[in-house]
Amino acid sequence: MISQAPARPPAQPKDLLVIRYIAKRLGISLVVLLLGSLLMFVLTINSGDPLSDLRESNAPNRDNLIKQRTELMRLDNPWYERYFSWLGGAAKCLIGQCDLGQDRQGRGVNELVIAAAGSTLRLVVLATVFAIVIGVVLGIVTAIRQYSGFDYAVTFMAFVFFSLPVFWAAVLLKHYAAIEFNNWIVDAHFSPTSIVVIAAVLAFILTAAIGGPMKRRLISFGAAFVVFAGTFFYFDAVTWFRRPAIGLPIYAIVVLAAAAIIIVMTSGFKNHRVRNAVATTAIVSIVGYALMRGTLMKQPSMLLLFACLAIAVVVAVVSGYAWGGFSRRQAISASSVLAVVASLVALADLALSNWAAYIKLQPRPIPTIGSATPNFEAGFWGHFIDTATHLILPTVVLTLISIASYTRYTRASMLDVLNQDYIRTARSKGVSERKVITRHAFRNSLIPLATIVAFDFAGLIGGAVITETVFGWQGMGALFKAGLDTVDPAPVMAFFLVTGTAAVLMNLVADIAYAFLDPRIAR
Amino acid sequence: MSDPNNTLPAVEPQDQYSIEDDVETTNTRSYSQGQLVLRRFLRHKAAMVSLIVLVFVVLIAFTSIGWGPIPGWWGKDYVTPFPIVNEARPTIQFLPPSLGEHPFGQNTIGKDYFSLVMRGLQQSLFVAFTVGILATIIGTVVGAIAGYFRGLVEAFLMRATDLFIIIPTLVLAAVLGRMAGANIVVLALVLAVVSWTGLARLVRGEVLSLREREFVMAARALGTPAPRIIVRHILPNALGTIVVNATLLISAAILLETALSFLGFGVRAPDTSLGLLVSEYQNALTTRPWLFWIPGMFILVISLCVNFIGDGLRDAFDPRQQMD
Repeated sequence: MISQAPARPPAQPKDLLVIRYIAKRLGISLVVLLLGSLLMFVLTINSGDPLSDLRESNAPNRDNLIKQRTELMRLDNPWYERYFSWLGGAAKCLIGQCDLGQDRQGRGVNELVIAAAGSTLRLVVLATVFAIVIGVVLGIVTAIRQYSGFDYAVTFMAFVFFSLPVFWAAVLLKHYAAIEFNNWIVDAHFSPTSIVVIAAVLAFILTAAIGGPMKRRLISFGAAFVVFAGTFFYFDAVTWFRRPAIGLPIYAIVVLAAAAIIIVMTSGFKNHRVRNAVATTAIVSIVGYALMRGTLMKQPSMLLLFACLAIAVVVAVVSGYAWGGFSRRQAISASSVLAVVASLVALADLALSNWAAYIKLQPRPIPTIGSATPNFEAGFWGHFIDTATHLILPTVVLTLISIASYTRYTRASMLDVLNQDYIRTARSKGVSERKVITRHAFRNSLIPLATIVAFDFAGLIGGAVITETVFGWQGMGALFKAGLDTVDPAPVMAFFLVTGTAAVLMNLVADIAYAFLDPRIAR
Repeated sequence: MSDPNNTLPAVEPQDQYSIEDDVETTNTRSYSQGQLVLRRFLRHKAAMVSLIVLVFVVLIAFTSIGWGPIPGWWGKDYVTPFPIVNEARPTIQFLPPSLGEHPFGQNTIGKDYFSLVMRGLQQSLFVAFTVGILATIIGTVVGAIAGYFRGLVEAFLMRATDLFIIIPTLVLAAVLGRMAGANIVVLALVLAVVSWTGLARLVRGEVLSLREREFVMAARALGTPAPRIIVRHILPNALGTIVVNATLLISAAILLETALSFLGFGVRAPDTSLGLLVSEYQNALTTRPWLFWIPGMFILVISLCVNFIGDGLRDAFDPRQQMD
């Protein structure tokens, strides 16, 4: 990787080029991380007076306290000595023995970070994933239906979300969504009027997204309205929202429907190789879940869940490999996507099946403070739902705010791609519109997004600082804010180290995706 | 109104250019690049509405309670507590239109909330526009030099942007904002320092492609000095990118300043800002909701207006957009 680097190695295999490219990017990121740490450290220790609260205090042992803190924070030492002693401790992370120093109360920052990092990274990564998935879907639909009512509505909403102050939206959501929902869930009944209104609104949105001539719109609106209203009346009648469940038959239907959608989106039903691979994965998932459901309900563990996911993906890859033939790569990726979707639906089914028990313990299920209920005594699923309900509101806030930019960028780049000559060629030789979009346009339109993910992730961490403040999370944001408030470098630097490393890793993922989407990049 | 093609009133550019109507037969007339951009912008409805709203908000903010030593038409200031009127509720009415004693109500100790919000608006707008202008200048200069001369400046710029990916803007701004203290001018400078990199990168990209074009080569062959090539030949062609991103910088600065003030690292009491007002009254949502809603709505509205104006400018500068 090091020397023997001609400007453009002529006959290296493609994978090696990608690895070289990524290694180079990673090296640059590490240097930047080092520089960033120096900058943050210098700025933080100069941002105020760490002794100001003691100077103003009237305690009789004031001078003694000042002396104590000066010694603990090593304020008499020059800044570079303090920086290098921090760096020395932090560098030990590379050999697995982190020492991030002590905050000014003398608590070890390591323990503080371990407690805080999990909840913050969970929040930020979840919000990024949701924002990318929803934003890309919306962006592509609006690009395909350019200048339709749906396009204008989504564009307007994107602008609103883009202009929304995070802290304001968070407080509003906390007050209206959470508290109102908690009041409603007590008896969980809809009035017939609200069912009709909700069903009409949902059907209208769906119709607008589907599009087509007036007659088709009317038919799809009517059908969607009947389905939505019927579902809500059924849910209402059985108070589904208090004891929801999916159950095996519905699970099977959902997985088969997802399989059908994935086949249509990738190869179409005519390609029997992909079709058979996906169908095999679907059937194995359903049978496997039917066998495992009892065990997962009674003796669940994180390890078991991940093992199930891993088995599902392995089955998908094997069946894609076995059936694939000349479309092996597509068969493998399509059936892997289905395996992940089927696992997520299974997880949702398990969580929903435990909801009734959870709601008995927590009559107001959507919490507005903290990242977990303290001293909460419930089994694995109780804790799982507890974490999930705590995550809902902050994730929604962060997702809403970064959905906007993903939607806009995907729409712009999709429109750009759809105007290219090769798309016109594809259309003029009679390729169906579905194939034009899924085969020719979709992947190319994702290329510019890979660079945005890195920037957006940094923005989301900033957003997480605010969101954690509003929702009272003891996460990295709180660590940073408290550290900065008291001019205490150790927690601030720990925040920087964790979020900076996460940003570097996110960049790396984006770079890999970039090299995967556009092989020219690696050269 | 002399142009028969023109269907929208009040968008007619100056008439002195109609001399160019040589090709009368086809009934078309030529427009300079600037005129085309202006016409496209004026036709962008959302941008025009936003521009009007924004100008209105700016006028109200700065005329109502005055700015610095200049007095305003609103008689009350934002520091004096007044006796509670109408249970501190907003007295503004739309039918018949009247402001009443305290249009936006009063806060918990009786201060006039209209004045407070106007003061907050002034601060936010001042910061936003200062940051917009300063960051645009820094970004353009660095981007142009990096793109034209390459070399060290470019390396510096690219590493600086990498740095900003690793340290979130809000975090860096919070640290610097805490150093800046409560001084609004310093705060604006600090925010400008953290927000120019994105624009610089875009300008660099634009300059990189423009410097290879024939007209730049021609200028260089004539012996034109580099600063003149950049200013006269390259930057005018990158104007679209610069203007559009300047508006985006302004809206980002509004959100950044309010967020900092919300966290307590920006504007601080006794002065006020929209973010500080939201932060102060986030628990008043059940008892006095207007204290929370009004400043938040103002942040949303000005940020939204600036974004729509940016969108209109983007469409206006896009050469692929056809007239008619």
